[in-house]
Amino acid sequence: MEITGIFKYLYELLQSTGLPQVLVDIIALASAAVMIFGVLAVIALFLVWWERKVSAHIQQRFGPMRTGWHGWRQTIADAVKLLQKEDITPSTVDRPVFFWAPVIAFVAAFMVYVTIPFGDGLIVSDLNIGILFIIAITTFTIISLLMAGWGSNNKYALLGGMRSAAQVVSYEVPMVVSVLAVIVFAGSLSMVDIVQSQAKIYKWYFFRLPFGPIAFFTYIIAATAETNRTPFDLPEAEQELVAGFNVEYSGMKFAMFFLAEFVNMFTVSAIGATLFFGGWQGPLLPSWVWFLVKTFALVFVLMWFRWTYPRLRVDQLMEFSWKFLLPVSFANLILAGWMKYSGWFNW
Amino acid sequence: MIAGVFSQIGQSFQQLIGDVSSNPLFYLISFVLILSALMVVTLKNIFHSALFLILTLFSVAGIYILLHAEFLAAVQVLIYVGAVAILIIFAIMLTSQLTSKRIVQTNEQVTVALLICFGFLGTAFLSIPYTVWRIADVALPAENIFTLGKLLMTDYVLPFEVVSIVLLAALIGAVVLARREGS
Repeated sequence: MEITGIFKYLYELLQSTGLPQVLVDIIALASAAVMIFGVLAVIALFLVWWERKVSAHIQQRFGPMRTGWHGWRQTIADAVKLLQKEDITPSTVDRPVFFWAPVIAFVAAFMVYVTIPFGDGLIVSDLNIGILFIIAITTFTIISLLMAGWGSNNKYALLGGMRSAAQVVSYEVPMVVSVLAVIVFAGSLSMVDIVQSQAKIYKWYFFRLPFGPIAFFTYIIAATAETNRTPFDLPEAEQELVAGFNVEYSGMKFAMFFLAEFVNMFTVSAIGATLFFGGWQGPLLPSWVWFLVKTFALVFVLMWFRWTYPRLRVDQLMEFSWKFLLPVSFANLILAGWMKYSGWFNW
Repeated sequence: MIAGVFSQIGQSFQQLIGDVSSNPLFYLISFVLILSALMVVTLKNIFHSALFLILTLFSVAGIYILLHAEFLAAVQVLIYVGAVAILIIFAIMLTSQLTSKRIVQTNEQVTVALLICFGFLGTAFLSIPYTVWRIADVALPAENIFTLGKLLMTDYVLPFEVVSIVLLAALIGAVVLARREGS
């Protein structure tokens, strides 16, 4: 419990070696970044395989079966293939914008992991603005979508980019408001504090009736929309837009968008597990196992949504956010404030 | 004499931002900030200008972090990058005359504008050493979000509520104007 973050631990370790300060800063930052990247690249590769398996089994197929046991090596082969492809830049694109869009998407997707606790003390840095930092950084995803859509100089990409930006902006409001309800109860923005206030299973914010489940359901619906997944996948509606904002991208740049998408899916599930299901808290098993179990369970729910529900129409999408989700989450926030004030379920 | 003024400016600067003035990151962020701000007002492609505006606003958030105002930094990114800048980009994308057109950002008044700007900059520079800056001696509270939240709900509740009402009025006004045009 002494170590409040991997970054702090690393920093102190490096300082004890007597290196110059600038070098200590650079090495500590670089190794934290490499650690995040390594862990998440493996998770994202696994998620791609898992998505294919889940979708296949929901549709009574097997999915990839040939490479390795139940096709586990398939995504590794696919990733290698994508990285080896020629990097094609169409001649009429806006070059700098086209180049930077996948980079921003990629960096923003990984940057939020600075404040996500993977286990007891397994956090890069426990910022006191924790959850607010995550919400702030996710806005860069919208910018990357708009850049990709505009920079591609293609009407399908432009429409896809606009659609997803409009969608993400609309659903960000109910998502933030439902997260606020938890913050009101936890009394802190720090992710570690939020986890520590849920030490027992009856203390999980999901079980604080009635505000907890409402906040969770509004969160998970908004999060599905934020990650542009079915039933909210209009930005990449294949039948209408070919592929959406990333239609002109191929090879490594496409791989970056693809990876960022799966990392984002893991991010929203990790935030859900941390805010509503006690994060890394749990008996017997190591804390990081509990975190991964809870997060992957939520990822499975998102996959289940995707392969079960049909796609919404664009007017239904906007109406659902502004006329249903937003009023519900606002009412829930007021309810949570009142519960906190009156001491109801305030363990 | 000029050297004296400059050293005084340097001293006030150091007094104002404290230990931040010795942080190399401060100069790096400031450099990016000024460069991207210049790009915003000089580039011919309005979409690129908007993207550099985002970089400018993000760099301001970086300076807030160096000054230990983490909450302000997060809110800066959330409001300015997440809402204002995206609104600007949307406006650019939806205005068909603007896209793919090279715009001229200057007109015949450019010299006058430059003179006024540099005059203002010079005045600001010279007024820094002759102003008494009120700096609290107390150490920063460890959890400045709590303090901020409490102050907003107690001492500064009236300005806080007034700002909310002004924003609400602007919101309703915008909706009313948009409606009239549509029908």
